[in-house]
Amino acid sequence: MPDAPRPAAPPRPDARRSLGVAALLGVGLMAAVDEVVFHQLLRWHHFFDLSTPAVGIISDGLLHAFELVALVSGAFLAADLLRRGAWAGRWAWAGGFLGAGGFQLFDGIVDHKVLRIHQVRYGVELLPYDVAWNAVGLALLAVGAALAVRARRARPA
Amino acid sequence: MAYLAAARAQRRAGRRWAGGRTAAFAGGVALLALAAAPPLAAWAHGDLRGHMVQHVLVGMLAPLGLVLGAPVALALRTLPVPAARRVTRFLRGRVVRVVSHPATAAVLNVGGMAVLYLTPLYAATLHAPALHALVHLHVLAAGVLFTWAVLAGPDPAPHPAPLATRLGVLTLAIAAHAVLGKLMYGYGWPCGVAGAAEVQAAAQVMYYGGDLAEGLLLVALFARWYRAGRTAGGGAAAGGGVAARARRAPQDLRRVRG
Repeated sequence: MPDAPRPAAPPRPDARRSLGVAALLGVGLMAAVDEVVFHQLLRWHHFFDLSTPAVGIISDGLLHAFELVALVSGAFLAADLLRRGAWAGRWAWAGGFLGAGGFQLFDGIVDHKVLRIHQVRYGVELLPYDVAWNAVGLALLAVGAALAVRARRARPA
Repeated sequence: MAYLAAARAQRRAGRRWAGGRTAAFAGGVALLALAAAPPLAAWAHGDLRGHMVQHVLVGMLAPLGLVLGAPVALALRTLPVPAARRVTRFLRGRVVRVVSHPATAAVLNVGGMAVLYLTPLYAATLHAPALHALVHLHVLAAGVLFTWAVLAGPDPAPHPAPLATRLGVLTLAIAAHAVLGKLMYGYGWPCGVAGAAEVQAAAQVMYYGGDLAEGLLLVALFARWYRAGRTAGGGAAAGGGVAARARRAPQDLRRVRG
């Protein structure tokens, strides 16, 4: 079965897969931005924080690994879609924004507030930072949703 | 040397041996030579940072080149048939099956590192040259084994794990490596061999160097999937590419043997 010949169907944009692959890239990109900008450049929440419990370190390692895998696998899956002419550009943009916004909001709500793995910044009044963090996530999600609506109108699935 | 001679023999016999493979293998050997070069070896002897640079070269970057060079496939093609048959029998044996499972290889690889740095073993190697050499040998062997187990190629892999398993194990191994680097950074392991700043710098070399090597391994894994050229829907089905290729590997083995 895996060796079955490739179906000779004419190339057709695959909306759902484009959306999914781009969302994967969006998540990976946002995770990388979080890690590189906030952990390593601004050092707001640090490379390693001794007050963080071991669970926090392990989850951070998993996030790091996931981010790498998401970026590399997303790039190759996107390349595969492009090669097959199945890349639906509008849906992909929507997926990218939805993935990035979804990750940002998830990080802001679950990691920071529910699990309390780390905060946006230490030693400051946290509320403005939390509001800004989650507002960015919401804004990205809103852009993604708007793009998805536009994509649906442009080419009814 | 043997690799180059064998590659030339293949060419001369009118059979193709890709230049890229030769280049990958030569790159791996060059990285090993770099790691063993007197300046780096001297630095590594008294400095944990130097040791860690050596470690990333020997255990992570060089294995990638060596494995992508497909030395076993070349040997099977070049060796006389009885010898090649013995190699094949060994590769198909139970030992290789157990040891070359990605999970086993990952434990041998990252677990070995954890034992080395989180126990007094590292301090012991500083005073026992034989133990030191043994550790380096383990690092190289485990690195090659892990790379081969994750890629399930280009050398014949008689017992390839499914792509999802290999990707999952690689993800966990990357995470474990990052956690290990942070533990060393945070708690100053290995204890009693260097100052805190030196240990932290070494941990960062491990963290970022490891990232680079693991990123390249990921790219190699997906490049193989991409080149296999499968059109697939969804993650599991997407695995058909590499997995299908990997499943064909035993046939390659048979062809080589015959």
